[in-house]
Amino acid sequence: MASSTMLSTGRYSPAAFMGNPKKLGPSAGRRGRDFFLKGKNFGRVRMTVAVNVSRFEGVSMAPPDPILGVSEAFRADTSDVKLNLGVGAYRTEELQPYVLNVVKKAENLMLERGENKEYLPIEGLAAFNKVTAELLFGADSPVIQQGRVATVQSLSGTGSLRLAAAFIQRYFPDAKVLISSPSWGNHKNIFNDARVPWAEYRYYDPRTVGLDFEGMLEDIEAAQDGSFILLHGCAHNPTGIDPTPEQWAKIADLIEEKNHIPFFDVAYQGFASGSLDADASSVRTFASRGLELFVAQSYSKNLGLYSERIGAINVVCSSPDAAARVKSQLKRIARPMYSNPPVHGARIVANVVGDPNLFNEWKQEMELMAGRIKNVRKRLFDNLSEKDNNEKDWSFILRQIGMFSYTGLNKAQSDNMTDKWHVYMTKDGRISLAGLSLAKCEYLAQAIIDSFYKVS
Amino acid sequence: MEDANVSHPLPSANRRLSNLAHHLTGHSPAMASESHSSALSPSPTAGSYGAAASVFAGILQAPEDPILGVTVAYNKDPSPVKVNLGVGAYRTEEGKPLVLNVVRKAEQLLVNDPVRVKEYLPITGLADFNKLSAKLIFGADSPAIRENRVATVQCLSGTGSLRVGGEFLARHYHERTIYIPQPTWGNHPKIFTLAGLAVKYYRYYDPATRGLNFNGLLEDLSSAPTGAIVLLHACAHNPTGVDPTLEQWEQIRLLMRSKELLPFFDSAYQGFASGSLDADAQSVRIFVADGGECLAAQSYAKNMGLYGERVGALSIVCKSSDVAARVESQLKLVIRPMYSNPPIHGASIVATILKNSEMYNEWTAELKMMADRIISMRKQLFGALHERGTPGDWSHIIKQIGMFTFTGLNREQVAFMTKEFHIYMTSDGRISMAGLSSKTVPHLSDAIHAAVTRIN
Repeated sequence: MASSTMLSTGRYSPAAFMGNPKKLGPSAGRRGRDFFLKGKNFGRVRMTVAVNVSRFEGVSMAPPDPILGVSEAFRADTSDVKLNLGVGAYRTEELQPYVLNVVKKAENLMLERGENKEYLPIEGLAAFNKVTAELLFGADSPVIQQGRVATVQSLSGTGSLRLAAAFIQRYFPDAKVLISSPSWGNHKNIFNDARVPWAEYRYYDPRTVGLDFEGMLEDIEAAQDGSFILLHGCAHNPTGIDPTPEQWAKIADLIEEKNHIPFFDVAYQGFASGSLDADASSVRTFASRGLELFVAQSYSKNLGLYSERIGAINVVCSSPDAAARVKSQLKRIARPMYSNPPVHGARIVANVVGDPNLFNEWKQEMELMAGRIKNVRKRLFDNLSEKDNNEKDWSFILRQIGMFSYTGLNKAQSDNMTDKWHVYMTKDGRISLAGLSLAKCEYLAQAIIDSFYKVS
Repeated sequence: MEDANVSHPLPSANRRLSNLAHHLTGHSPAMASESHSSALSPSPTAGSYGAAASVFAGILQAPEDPILGVTVAYNKDPSPVKVNLGVGAYRTEEGKPLVLNVVRKAEQLLVNDPVRVKEYLPITGLADFNKLSAKLIFGADSPAIRENRVATVQCLSGTGSLRVGGEFLARHYHERTIYIPQPTWGNHPKIFTLAGLAVKYYRYYDPATRGLNFNGLLEDLSSAPTGAIVLLHACAHNPTGVDPTLEQWEQIRLLMRSKELLPFFDSAYQGFASGSLDADAQSVRIFVADGGECLAAQSYAKNMGLYGERVGALSIVCKSSDVAARVESQLKLVIRPMYSNPPIHGASIVATILKNSEMYNEWTAELKMMADRIISMRKQLFGALHERGTPGDWSHIIKQIGMFTFTGLNREQVAFMTKEFHIYMTSDGRISMAGLSSKTVPHLSDAIHAAVTRIN
């Protein structure tokens, strides 16, 4: 079998690729070969040497994820006083991770029933899809009653966003997505990998540490008709700043006028105010106007199911026929990505949301979690106000909502938080209040004041 | 890409539709932009066939997935004698799905463990699971593992592992063509195309012998460009059940190494094919033993019956540990914008079983029992056809390996069997032996006999 064409690999010597790794890359192959071909004769010696070099030699070390990398760095820190305010995962007052009681109950029920582990359909667990859409839109919503929502179980918020992004790329190839400035860091990565062009709309106003509403409307207005507008349903990540109901109404007006398509990211339903219905009001307002829209849902935070990867992409269409067609095409995207979604988290959600007793228990646990965060906000505000001799107005901490607070600290100041105070947070100045205890508020206040005034 | 299902509604189409709507409601476009645009939206109580244009108007209904669609059709059939030989999910002799005893045990331990939490896994997944998976496929004594040259990431079963591997290669490898066997699992070409690779085929199945077209395989791989990626089914080729012998694997290895072809193994049936985990990994191990690089996608869907939990792993064996570390960092950049991090439940079950020697032994015994039952079904079916004097050589039924048999029946014959005998299988003639039982073998052999004698 080892014919001469194969071993006289002078022309296709691996050396041609290994000699200059920097030229490598998907587009460099042919150029790389030609570069080395110029009439030279490569002997077996070259090939022997080349064989020891990896074909992935040119792969560079990627930087750590800006959000998830924070936890990695935190784990490596040996200081006693270290505090992890990086990733948005809820912690108890004792700073321990929390598995909800209703989740434990549901898992035990599932064990008792001894359910099988067969493949779910591509679109996921039917019982889950039903309850998740009802939870989001309200069971009595016309979009539900009329069967106009295409719901596909997906891998938490990220997976839902990615399915939608791939769908947009395929069926709306001329469209752009508008993302708030700032937004969750992974949003841009998702649309980049899905090859959907994006632009930003103004959102955060550093001068007021509030919403730049005029800027937001201007930028949404300026976008070409039929753009997708990525909106955070509640508890904006990273700022914690949400539009008021009046502002939401104006945003909806403008979106309708421009034939834009609203695309909600709902990762904190129930977690923001403590009320599932109140936190869904922005989505429901838009839906009640008869608009077609996308909603990505996640149960990572509100049911504490982070690692189970459970969420859904919902597409509200103007007819049940359109919803069926859209759903069928979402399935076509999911199948070559992961075939069908994981069953465990879906069953937990279906059990909790579908059972009136468990559902009520869940609402109570959610109020406790949201309540703890509100208490922590109050304590931090009090501590900051006490310790700050310059009487800066820290009340934005009380106005912001949800798991995160945008402190207004810049990168250098955030670095100081970590390097000097062992407080781990993302470099955009975002802290996760879910990772803060009442006991640590004073320490954190000191760190913030030090960083804000002493570092620029 | 199946462009038949893709329709691109251009923004101009939306404008035309919206102008039409304006006509119907008696507003001019100019007026409409000033007036409250809710005049054009259907009222909440209007039927879903209101005048509003849908942005999804041009989206077509996608056909059902050919493999998973078989089960959909089966479920709709009311016949009491129907048999589902479509998707490759193991069934007991009673025709029921099976959850392994050892899996139930592991789940009990996990759910009842008070210290267990549901925090996000790292992007690369559960560390224990990754190490144990690499050991399982490469062998605990593998030099590649000892030398830390393997980058392993937890992914969503086989599909997810193949997709992540494909995306990585499309971004970082200089050859962006993957050669896949003819035929192969229906989802392979779609996975790799969407990952960004060009798909080509190499000859594999010989319909004349119902065996391996070895010369065709060697010829096609010989004429592949140097460095091209080659997809190899590690064992129990899907859909044909035809595997190379060890001697043939060795020849394939020599050829591939001489042309620097990059092996990408799909290992979905380790332990399921012969009943021995080590025997079923031989193909992969001879490649790793020569010190060269390769990729391996593993799935625990079948061999641990964890179908719906979506558990798998992608391993990339590199020349050096330094390269492996950099490769791993880049795999994270593929995963984070796709689904952030993988689901924990299935991976913890696998890790629990693999790291406990008693449970591991229980597993191998249950695995052997499943593999043995399938081998027994092969013998029974072969015997039944022989008994009926069904024309043709049916010895391939006992020669082929793994869950599937490529019967050699054509589309018309398959359609006939579905219509007249309620046998559900894929139109390429593939049957899942795992879906057969002693009770249903006679019915299936009647169906095959009828199809072969009545339809040519």
